[in-house]
Parts: sequence; structure tokens; C-alpha cells
Amino acid sequence: MAYEPVLLRHVGHPEVRTVAGYRERGGYRGLEQALTMEPDEVIEAVKDSGLRGRGGAGFPAGLKWSFIPKETDQPKYLVCNADESEPGTYKDRILMEEDPQQLIEGCAICCYAVSANTCYIYIRGEYVEQAEILEEAIRDAYQAGVLGDSVMGKGFKLDMYVHRGAGAYICGEETGMLESLEGKRGQPRIKPPFPAVVGAFGCPTVINNVETLCNVPHILERGADWFKQIGTDERNTGPKLYCVSGHVERPGTYEYPIGATLNQIIEGCGGMWRGRQLKAFIPGGASAPMLPAEFADTPLDFDNLAKAGSMLGSAAVVVMDDQTDLVRSVYRLAKFFNHESCGQCTPCREGTNWAELVLKKIVAGNGKPGDDELILRICRNMGGTTLCPLADAAVGPLRSLVQNFPDEVRAWLDSDGALTPARQYFSEGVTV
Amino acid sequence: MADTNGARLPDEIRDAIDALRPRYPTEEALLLPALHLAQRHWDGWLPDEAIEAVAHELNLTPAKVYGVVTFYDLYHQKPVGRHRLRVCTNLSCALRGAEEVLASLKNHLQVDENEVTPDGKCSFVHFECLGACEQAPMMMVDDDYRGHLTPESVRQIVEELD
Ligand SMILES: Cc1cc2nc3c(=O)[nH]c(=O)nc-3n(C[C@H](O)[C@H](O)[C@H](O)COP(=O)(O)O)c2cc1C
Repeated sequence: MAYEPVLLRHVGHPEVRTVAGYRERGGYRGLEQALTMEPDEVIEAVKDSGLRGRGGAGFPAGLKWSFIPKETDQPKYLVCNADESEPGTYKDRILMEEDPQQLIEGCAICCYAVSANTCYIYIRGEYVEQAEILEEAIRDAYQAGVLGDSVMGKGFKLDMYVHRGAGAYICGEETGMLESLEGKRGQPRIKPPFPAVVGAFGCPTVINNVETLCNVPHILERGADWFKQIGTDERNTGPKLYCVSGHVERPGTYEYPIGATLNQIIEGCGGMWRGRQLKAFIPGGASAPMLPAEFADTPLDFDNLAKAGSMLGSAAVVVMDDQTDLVRSVYRLAKFFNHESCGQCTPCREGTNWAELVLKKIVAGNGKPGDDELILRICRNMGGTTLCPLADAAVGPLRSLVQNFPDEVRAWLDSDGALTPARQYFSEGVTV
Repeated sequence: MADTNGARLPDEIRDAIDALRPRYPTEEALLLPALHLAQRHWDGWLPDEAIEAVAHELNLTPAKVYGVVTFYDLYHQKPVGRHRLRVCTNLSCALRGAEEVLASLKNHLQVDENEVTPDGKCSFVHFECLGACEQAPMMMVDDDYRGHLTPESVRQIVEELD
């Protein structure tokens, strides 16, 4: 089955970074179409397409847009989430590098639909080159009349700005991001009120992921029906980027209809690294529970992964071969969550710290029987008890380690500190 | 207005900040961009003088600005090397040998994380996922991404820096 890429169709055509080059290859037809419609009709089309958020939570995009109040004198904002800090995730970077006008077009359509006259693209501080690419593309869009006082001469005013973060995973959480945009520490807010009502600078705000917004022009251009026939079913529609890393021959960002299986994806990556066997994989970034090889035929979409006890998250697929030490792997992720907890909520601040300490003790060879139960207890005390879902995210890998791979943990607890060579590093002989 | 010890930003940074003012409805929102600009000017880190100057420029208290500076990993309160190396050690890079790369780099530079080599050339840290896992293991050299590292190539890259 030959699948024509949608989101990545311009890869290898750097001329699309300008409006002229992008138009040449068929770009900006979605925005043209949207501007002939009423804003509400645009929202309906996106609702009808079934597009769900690609940033992690899978919330229906059109529904989110419909929450923006219509009768208000306040300014409204779109904040595009380009923070991309979920370990294993690098799809938004590719989209911004390869096709910045596609993102500008998606943002412009969203702004038109919700009557927002200002869009901020909040990009992680480390993406210096990508921020420059976007700035350049935005400058060109102003010059070409795609942005500014009258978008495409249709009288809709839209300003678009790139705003750089400064290194903090929590600023990918939408309300942490708003705080950061406003010049504060990126500590998440209590919800409600939701950003659709009280968002950036106290005003109604839509927050969408880069990839979510990049889908939008295609829905407008080709129609919701076209979009819906891509994917697993009516709840899991459209093209999807999978960022593959770890033990495959050719890691990379690959586009499939949503619901590709791990087996398909590994095959697309040229197979397992050095022909080894699959042991485990993370289907959706560090926050997504780790699954054993039996799930290699599960469609990687929102609902099938939820059924499998994991989640699609950011679709960062981390593949681990049979030489991988999963306890060490999860220890590394536990360190990450401890480092990134913003410290505001006690269960998260303390829980992520304890999780790191317990795993550190275990991989030092000092684990004791019962430590697996201790990890689960930490998870119970953290999950669902905090302002934002970072604590739940931290629980994902921890709980899945103990529940899906009990033997891996027990082997460490019974090892009396005797490290086998395979355990000194994450995988045997990686740099050989 | 809080005491900012008379510290002031140089004119070119004030001009750059002024150019950004129309983008935001509040002055406070200029803080992250202003700190990026200031850090660039002050050789990659933010001495007290820089923090106080930014506070003064944006009518914020120094305490508020310190609070923000300490929250984010990309702002530094200690001198850094002329070149700053950030080695990703998160899972995707670790699975492809990041720990060995980091060990090799440290061995080569003969300093600890967050220290500057005696010639002022380099400082390094291990870092969380930098969003380039297809190039694992990888690191940032100043603002650039360098991927597919090996314990040998990381030394080579350092040697080639000026
Ligand atoms: C700790 C944490 C980190 C997050 N990081 C990101 C991120 O880097 N990028 C992103 O788009 N969404 C991230 N999210 C999800 C956002 O909060 C939000 O759901 C998303 O940006 C909404 O856009 P979407 O509906 O288009 O997916 C994160 C959530 C949490 C709890």
C-alpha cells in the first residue's frame, strides 16, 4: 500500500520556506478556502474531521476551538505549542524546519476560526535554528500579505510572533507555557478556569501543538471526509508522525496513517538495529507506559493504545532491543521527571525524587525484595494528586516497569550487586 | 522601584527590547526575550549586574528576575566556556551510547560539569532530551546540533573549536 505523505510532503524541497515557493507546490489553498467560509463553518469542518490533538492528550481540536467565547470584547490568542520537550519527540522540529509555511497556514486558519488577532509560537529555547527559520518565514508571510493588517486582502488582521522558551519541560504543559509566555516561572495554573476562557494575559486562548495545526490546512483544502478516511476509525483519523528512536537501523520521523503498528514502523526503519530482537517499546514519549514486544501488532492510535494500557502521547516511539536493561532505562526517565518537576505540588516534588532515589539504589545493586512494591506505592501517592499531569506522566514508566516487566526488576533485587556486563550500559556494545 | 544598584543594559540591547514591545500587552512578557539578549551580551551567563539591569529596564524587582532565571535550564549564573557543550543523556541517546560519549568528553576536557577549562574554551553539562533523537547520541555545541557522536568524534569536535 503506497501512502502519499501529507504533513511531510515537502521534505527535501527547501524552497517551500518562502510563501512563493510554498504556493508553487500547492500551499495556502487551505487558508484561501477558510477565508471564503464563516469562522463557525471552519470550526465545524475541523470538528467533523475528527482531528485530535497531537501534543499528547488527544483532545478534539475543533471542539477546543468551539469553547472560545464569541461574545467578548477581550482580545483572543492562539499559542502554538512548539516546546517539544517530551523525551524521544522531535516531529515538531522537523515540521518547522521542513515546512514552516505549513505551520503558519495552520495557525492562520485557527486564528480566523476563533477570531484571534495574535498568535504566539512558543518554541523551546534550544531550537535556535528552528526559531530563526520560523522568524524568516513569518517575515516573508508579512511581506506577501499572508500576515498583517489584512490576511490575503480579506480584511482579517493577524500578527504572529515567535517566543523562545529557556529550557523547562514543564513549559510544554499548556498553563505552564502561558505563565512562561507572560514572563514568569513556568508553574502550571489551577484549572478551571480553562485557557479557552482565561488564558494568555487573562484572555481567551487556544493552545495547540505544532503537528495538530499543520493538519488543519489539509482538512480545509481537501475536506473532512478525505481526512476521515485516513486512519483506524472515526475516533482516530488523519496522518500521524511517529518519531522513532533507539534500537532500529534508521531512526527518524516517519509519517503513516494514524494507527500504524510497531512492526510496520520498525520495518520502515530498516528493521531492528543489528538484527536484534525487540524486548520493549515506549509508544508515546517518556510519559507513556512501556509495553512488551507482544504489542508490536497493536495499531498505535489513541484508543488502541489506551486499551493496551499505554498512550499515544507525542508518538515518540522508543524501541529497546533484547540487550536493553529496562530498569536502567526507567531510572534514566525517573531522573528526568525529578529534574523537571516544577516543585509546586508536594506529591510530585517528593514522589519524583523518591522514585529516582529508589531506582538509583536498585541499579547500584542495593535493591531489596519489596522495592518493587515500594515503587508502586510511590506511584499511588503521586498519580492524580497534582495540579498538572506531570506526576501522572512520571508514573507511566515506573508503574509499567513493575507491572509489565516484573522479572526485570526482580533480577536486580536478587542480584546482590553483581552487575553483568550487559548492565553496565543501557545496551551491550553500543559504540562497538 | 526596587534598588537595582544602578545597573543598566547597553543601548543596543535596550533598542532590541524596545523593538519587541509592540508584540506583548505587558512589559513583564519581555522578560524571557530580554534575558536571552542579556545573556548573549554577557558572554553566555547572567552576572548579578545583568539581572539587575534587566530588572531595571522592565520595571521588575530583582527578586522576581532571579526567580525566573533560576527556573530555566538555559540561563546561567556562573561563567561558562567560550563554547558550551550540552550532551543529551536522556533515554533515546543513552540507548545509543550517550554515557560513553559523556565520559569521553569529560575525560578529554579534564573538568567537571559546569566548570570551565583553564583556557576558558569549553564548559559542558549533561542535558535532557534535546529533540534530535534520530541523530542519537547527540549534543549541542553552542547553538548548533551535532549528532551521531562516538567517544572519538566528540573529542575531535572539541579539538576543532577555536
Ligand atoms: C508535563 C507536560 C509536558 C507537555 N509538553 C508538551 C509539549 O512539549 N508539546 C505539546 O504540544 N504539548 C505538550 N503537553 C500537552 C499540552 O499541555 C497540551 O495538551 C497541548 O499542547 C494541547 O495541544 P493539542 O490539543 O493540539 O495536542 C505537555 C503536557 C504536560 C502535562
